Amino acid sequence: MPLLKVEKLTKSFGGLTAVSNVSCYINKGELVGLIGPNGAGKTTFFNLLTGVYVPTSGTILLKKEGETIRLDGKKPFQVTKVGLARTFQNIRLFKDLTVLDNVRIAMHQNVRYRLGSAFLHFNKYHNEEDVLKAEADRLLEIFKLSNKKYELAKNLPYGEQRHLEIARALATKPSLLLLDEPAAGMNPFETAALTEIIGWIRKEFDLTILLIEHDMSLVMKICERIYVLDYGMLIASGEPDEIRKNKRVIEAYLGEDVSNA
Amino acid sequence: MRALTKKNLMILGSILLTFIIVQALLLVGILDSFHEITISTICINIILAVSLNLVTGFTGQLSLGHAGFMSIGAYVCALISMRMMSTQGFLIGVLTGALVAAFIGILIGIPTLRLKGDYLAIATLGMAEIIRVVFLNLEITNGAAGLNGIPRFTNWLWLYFFTVTAVVLINNFIKSSHGRACIAIREDEIAAESMGINTTKYKVIVFAISAFFGGLAGGLYSSYFYFLKPDLFGFMKSVDILVIVVLGGLGSVTGSIIAAILLGLITTFLQSFTAVRMIVYAVLLVLIMIFRPSGIMGSKEINDLFKFRFGKKEERIE
Repeated sequence: MPLLKVEKLTKSFGGLTAVSNVSCYINKGELVGLIGPNGAGKTTFFNLLTGVYVPTSGTILLKKEGETIRLDGKKPFQVTKVGLARTFQNIRLFKDLTVLDNVRIAMHQNVRYRLGSAFLHFNKYHNEEDVLKAEADRLLEIFKLSNKKYELAKNLPYGEQRHLEIARALATKPSLLLLDEPAAGMNPFETAALTEIIGWIRKEFDLTILLIEHDMSLVMKICERIYVLDYGMLIASGEPDEIRKNKRVIEAYLGEDVSNA
Repeated sequence: MRALTKKNLMILGSILLTFIIVQALLLVGILDSFHEITISTICINIILAVSLNLVTGFTGQLSLGHAGFMSIGAYVCALISMRMMSTQGFLIGVLTGALVAAFIGILIGIPTLRLKGDYLAIATLGMAEIIRVVFLNLEITNGAAGLNGIPRFTNWLWLYFFTVTAVVLINNFIKSSHGRACIAIREDEIAAESMGINTTKYKVIVFAISAFFGGLAGGLYSSYFYFLKPDLFGFMKSVDILVIVVLGGLGSVTGSIIAAILLGLITTFLQSFTAVRMIVYAVLLVLIMIFRPSGIMGSKEINDLFKFRFGKKEERIE
């Protein structure tokens, strides 16, 4: 079984079906893209995977250490616990906290000391906090944020905020990373740097990545497979070259007949 | 434990010094019993404000019912210490009161903490009213007439001990990973949950901790003022505590302490001007909020300011 398997996933909001009967899979180690015009249901799909929304019907299965875990119906924090981490399209950092705290908060689920140690600062507290800080430092190093770790997140430039979001997601130690438009609002230069980082962390952390992106240069360059959503339905899937030539995809993006022009 | 660092020793030293100085002044008689009431009120208000700040300032859940938890602690402590007239009885009373308040905090927290913002405020307000009405109608609490003749065991030593303990414990909690999880809820609940934090669990935990210390303060109160009636713990009491928290700065422990001391002193000072007392008090509050809209300390602690000034930014967080 692949790492993630989605079967006939549907989500309706009243009369509107935002995601309709979507089935897909992601193998371990793959880098898969999810594209589609605005309003196609990509972010809704992410929210379904991460437990923010409860699916109307369908199942989401994740393989973890040989076991198969059902994700649909789980709450977001439970989904994160089994190894799914995400970033947000509209950056959702803890703005008034430091860069270091943003990352340390994401490590909370792996903290083992309990409330007693929290109140009384036993040895356990100090030992674990030291480990936490060292791990956070290492992540920040990767994203070149070490020298800014005591800055408030809101004071970072836009591009670095995007990087911090990825660092924070990685801090939860995921096996599957969901990136929601990581390159949105970035210039070509920054996008190129981001492309490199995504490729690098994938190897370094042994990650499987699913990413939503509008920047086709990024998608076509790094994604091994691509799913295309339109009006909540899966209209195509395949390798970048196939997608580029796929008639329905071109229609969805550019309207009919334009492909002939 | 890495308790014996230079910084901690200095803090411990100043805590002991404060205690000794006040104790000496009380013994010599420079501080008379009138001053003692002010000091006691300040200590109790510090515990109340710091514990409410944990819920409202750090976790971002607006609670208007803190006086409810205070009253639970007060009545439980009073009822126990009236039957066991000894210091042990008093201590058992204070701790039982705090535990009962924490328990009620959990019971109330589970349904109400699903609500957000204004709705939660109204729910907590209602809960405090229910608690008040229960005390008003119970036989054992003597209804509206109130409880009289509660033995007085609260003195400067116990007040100071409990205040310092409450502040240290709450401060330690905030500085831990669990505390950071709570702060994350305030910052962005959806993001916090996506980072693996069980937001409901932490809201209830924090509510219980806050209720515990609110109950503790109530116990100290009942044993100091030896008279209780349900009206003491009405809506206005909750607002009084909230005023201290907002004035000191949401999310600042030292801010709450400073504001509690400041308001305590102002109230005492204004007692000599009975006619204009409330007007001056209100004007002062308005002025402070105009010039420091985020409270005296904002979300900073007092040691942040010093480190900032000396340029040791690196150490700010540790």
